[in-house]
Amino acid sequence: MPADGGIGASNKRREDVRFLTGRGRYTDDINLNGQAHAYFLRSNVAHGVLKNVDTAEAGTMPGVIRIFTGADFEGVGGLPCGWQVTDKHGAPMQEPAHPVLAQGKVRHVGDPIAVVVAESLNQARDAAEAIEVDIDELPAVVDMKAAVADGAPKVHDDLTSNLCYDWGFVEENKAAVDEAFGKAAHVTSLELVNNRLVANAMEPRVAIGDYDPTSGESTLYTTSQNPHVIRLLMGAFVLGIPEHKLRVVAPDVGGGFGSKIFHYAEEAFCTFAAKALVRPVKWTAQRSESFITDAHGRDHVTKIELALDGDNNFTAIRTETYANMGAYLSTFAPSVPTWLHGTLMAGNYKTPLIYVNVKAVFTNTVAVDAYRGAGRPEATFQLERVIDKAADELGVDPVALRRQNFITEFPYATPVALEYDTGDYVATMDKLEEIADLAGFEKRLAESKARGKLRGLGVNCYIEACGIAPSSLVGQLGARAGLYESATVRVNATGGIVVMTGSHSHGQGHETSFPQVVADMIGIDPSMVEIVHGDTANTPMGMGTYGSRSLAVGGSAMVRATEKIIAKAKKIAAHLMEAAEGDIELKDGQFSVAGTDKAVAWGDVTLAAYVPHNYPLEEVEPGLEETAFYDPNNFTFPAGAYACEVEVDPDTGKVEVMSFAAADDFGNIVNPMIVDGQVHGGIGQGIGQALLEQAVYDENGQLVTGSYMDYAMPRADDLPSYKVDHSCQTPCTHNPLGVKGCGEAGAIGSPPALVNAVVDALRRAGHEVTHIDMPLSPSRVWAAMQG
Amino acid sequence: MYTFDIKTPSSLKKAAKAVKKNDDAIVLGGGQTLIPTLKQRLAAPALLVSLSRLDELKGIRDEGDELVIGAGTTHAEVAADGTIPALSGLAAGIGDPAVRNRGTIGGSLANNDPSACYPAAALGLCATIVTHKREISADDFFTGLFETALKDGEIITEVRFPKPQAAGYAKFDQPASRFALVGVFVSRCNGDVRVAVTGASEEGVFRWADAEAALAEGFSPGALDGLTMSAGGMIGDVHGSPEYRAHLVGVMTRRAVAAAQ
Repeated sequence: MPADGGIGASNKRREDVRFLTGRGRYTDDINLNGQAHAYFLRSNVAHGVLKNVDTAEAGTMPGVIRIFTGADFEGVGGLPCGWQVTDKHGAPMQEPAHPVLAQGKVRHVGDPIAVVVAESLNQARDAAEAIEVDIDELPAVVDMKAAVADGAPKVHDDLTSNLCYDWGFVEENKAAVDEAFGKAAHVTSLELVNNRLVANAMEPRVAIGDYDPTSGESTLYTTSQNPHVIRLLMGAFVLGIPEHKLRVVAPDVGGGFGSKIFHYAEEAFCTFAAKALVRPVKWTAQRSESFITDAHGRDHVTKIELALDGDNNFTAIRTETYANMGAYLSTFAPSVPTWLHGTLMAGNYKTPLIYVNVKAVFTNTVAVDAYRGAGRPEATFQLERVIDKAADELGVDPVALRRQNFITEFPYATPVALEYDTGDYVATMDKLEEIADLAGFEKRLAESKARGKLRGLGVNCYIEACGIAPSSLVGQLGARAGLYESATVRVNATGGIVVMTGSHSHGQGHETSFPQVVADMIGIDPSMVEIVHGDTANTPMGMGTYGSRSLAVGGSAMVRATEKIIAKAKKIAAHLMEAAEGDIELKDGQFSVAGTDKAVAWGDVTLAAYVPHNYPLEEVEPGLEETAFYDPNNFTFPAGAYACEVEVDPDTGKVEVMSFAAADDFGNIVNPMIVDGQVHGGIGQGIGQALLEQAVYDENGQLVTGSYMDYAMPRADDLPSYKVDHSCQTPCTHNPLGVKGCGEAGAIGSPPALVNAVVDALRRAGHEVTHIDMPLSPSRVWAAMQG
Repeated sequence: MYTFDIKTPSSLKKAAKAVKKNDDAIVLGGGQTLIPTLKQRLAAPALLVSLSRLDELKGIRDEGDELVIGAGTTHAEVAADGTIPALSGLAAGIGDPAVRNRGTIGGSLANNDPSACYPAAALGLCATIVTHKREISADDFFTGLFETALKDGEIITEVRFPKPQAAGYAKFDQPASRFALVGVFVSRCNGDVRVAVTGASEEGVFRWADAEAALAEGFSPGALDGLTMSAGGMIGDVHGSPEYRAHLVGVMTRRAVAAAQ
């Protein structure tokens, strides 16, 4: 670990002091003078015609300030979708309206019908119970295949069907892929479900709207991963407020995992109502409300086929996926099963031909959108499961089959549009074999057997694409936003630095890791650098944090801005030392003239910039502040190999995770401890998906697992100690830090390892099991053992 | 929550009187079920009568043949007692530390959640539930899902557990709530063998007569060989089918017997 606390140092997270001592400042901690409270009356049926909403009696109840219904939002924009997918015939996706409050119909349990704004939350809730709602209930569509069958009830009457789009990728390759399957020596096929998940951030969503009638400025405090994106979407598309009259603040945010990327109705409502009432309006989700309003994740039903030649080389992959959109298109929902999923289907393997078909379907369920990994876990899961099944069918070692088909030369252009710049999948697999002690498995198997337990080993690889870019490409793919990032580096007179970043930290530790980069470049202590984020009023326009993009894109913007700072500082230093600019060197916070003992300190130069008595005013302006916007020219491609060992209790089907090892290649690493933490958290979520979590709707569209009584979250005792290694490093070739991103890897790479391990355990015990759908709950594993 | 009044009487007599006077009163024990219910507005009592100040309901007494546990004794206190290891072990496995430090045995028994652990112990040890008016045998106490023999306004004061020669409890956690997906309490007490099952049945806690008969012949897991529970009447939900629960009843019974001490 470097002694200077710069790049590569495991500095402790400075933000943890406030988080661990209860001094974090979350949105719900904000209380504005005179604030009123909003309570949302939500549909308790999944589908119905909204005939009448009678608020007459409720409006007279104590404390009620005003009750809003869908009628108040006629003429107000709906919640926009930020990505348009073009279907396999070249037509745009079906894009339904998404009103802030339901108009004419309710389409899922939780759809907001009316909002009571009152002096107290309890008064608002009392009044909401007195609102008379007349709904003609309609049959709900929940199952995706049933939703696209002829005659299915339509979620949106003005669309032709419940099919949002039918996407083919790469459509031009379809015939060649089919031909390769015709010629294959062996074809393995597998049908599987990628289970629907609820993000369950520890902090529920909160929105507070405020309006200043003297300036005409609206402010929204919200639990968001990307305040600038919310400002643009809500201002431009929903409420018609220009950016200079709208400020969005996302202070400390207690976890997002994707679910706080999106623009939600409650944000627009509170901003709208605050202006209408000229009072701050606050809403805090109850946990049960989070379950039925936060965008869910995953929910794919897939058939994947893998073709192999006589030498066990992969020759083609063909998939057909149904992807649940829920009742409305959440902000980035259409991109998840397409550009974040289809493009990853090559995985770590040199399969020459791939065809991916995705049918996105509307159902009477809450919207589904990006959740930690977003599309990439779904791709990885099906690919790594079908490879294990193929290995079993062919009687070959699953690790050897993977190794045989690894991509080994870079850059590598996949048949699904990506170009991997760099990687070394052999190295990560070698490292995995070492840290997971795969050679010792047979011994551990025998030990488990002696204790009456069925042990299994699961190994898989993953690749992810982080830092989605460049903007020009994603624009062609349907994104209605750019995907650059920004940073302003403000050097103060006495040398301290404030970095204002468009990235947003909600658990990632930016306040610790970002200063390490700037400090390292200048050669000063990281404590001299402070990070500001989360407020559109004091940060440059940026796209926020998701998709493991912050360091790769936001960090790169910060590097670019710091390079500008250093270049200018060298000019000043050259003037102070009466030397040529080209002779100035910066090391350890000292500017020196090459080949001499002349030097000025960082602080001398920064002071000169703001007290320009002796200053090259004819060459450079006073001050030391620079901004950079960075738009990458490619994704980054972290990759790795994971191994998991489980024990299955043959009497109950309960799975215990005995060990989990992860060998990741994240390129260069700024703070290894934070990377460990990100991987730990990701694996925890992956184990949650694989063993425990599932959002279950019944046939009427009621969420059966709508509380922690039935939605199983992973707890500490569900998880083993991890072995995490990221010593394999092939630096990204196209960003200045050589970093790749680590936030989602654990969640992407771990579910197939778990399922592979459980299937392995059962097969070793003689059960003819080829697959079990997640979550691998005791009852499902037991049922699988019964045959 | 809806608005309600709360009283914290200083004696059992006053508590009983307060409940009797108000038809819409609910007795509040540790509140681990009632408070969340109120927060969700699923109950609207006019008055809560809290037993929290009633010291006469708290504490554990060893009376030789019986262990007497005050109704207001927390799960944590029972867990720490250890006189009947199976009972203390059961209490140690309820909820989390916060629940165990607030929740009480009397509250749990009065609520009779079909997935709660204590009903299995009470039935499995043939406990006597003592109220401020009478004594009720556990065999007569549990009358259905969330239903008991308690009359309106009747307050449990203590629970008398006979000390068994051997007893064991085996619980299989529901993955989300960690209530009992299936929990089985077995005991051997003065020649009487009991097998009480919680979590599994649509009718709440019950005794498995076939297993009791088999264990009476010989109190060992092997005595249960070949014995299976019918899936009829078992709960089916996202966490397990009736068949799975019926299977687990057998597995947990064997484990409870094996663990009995």
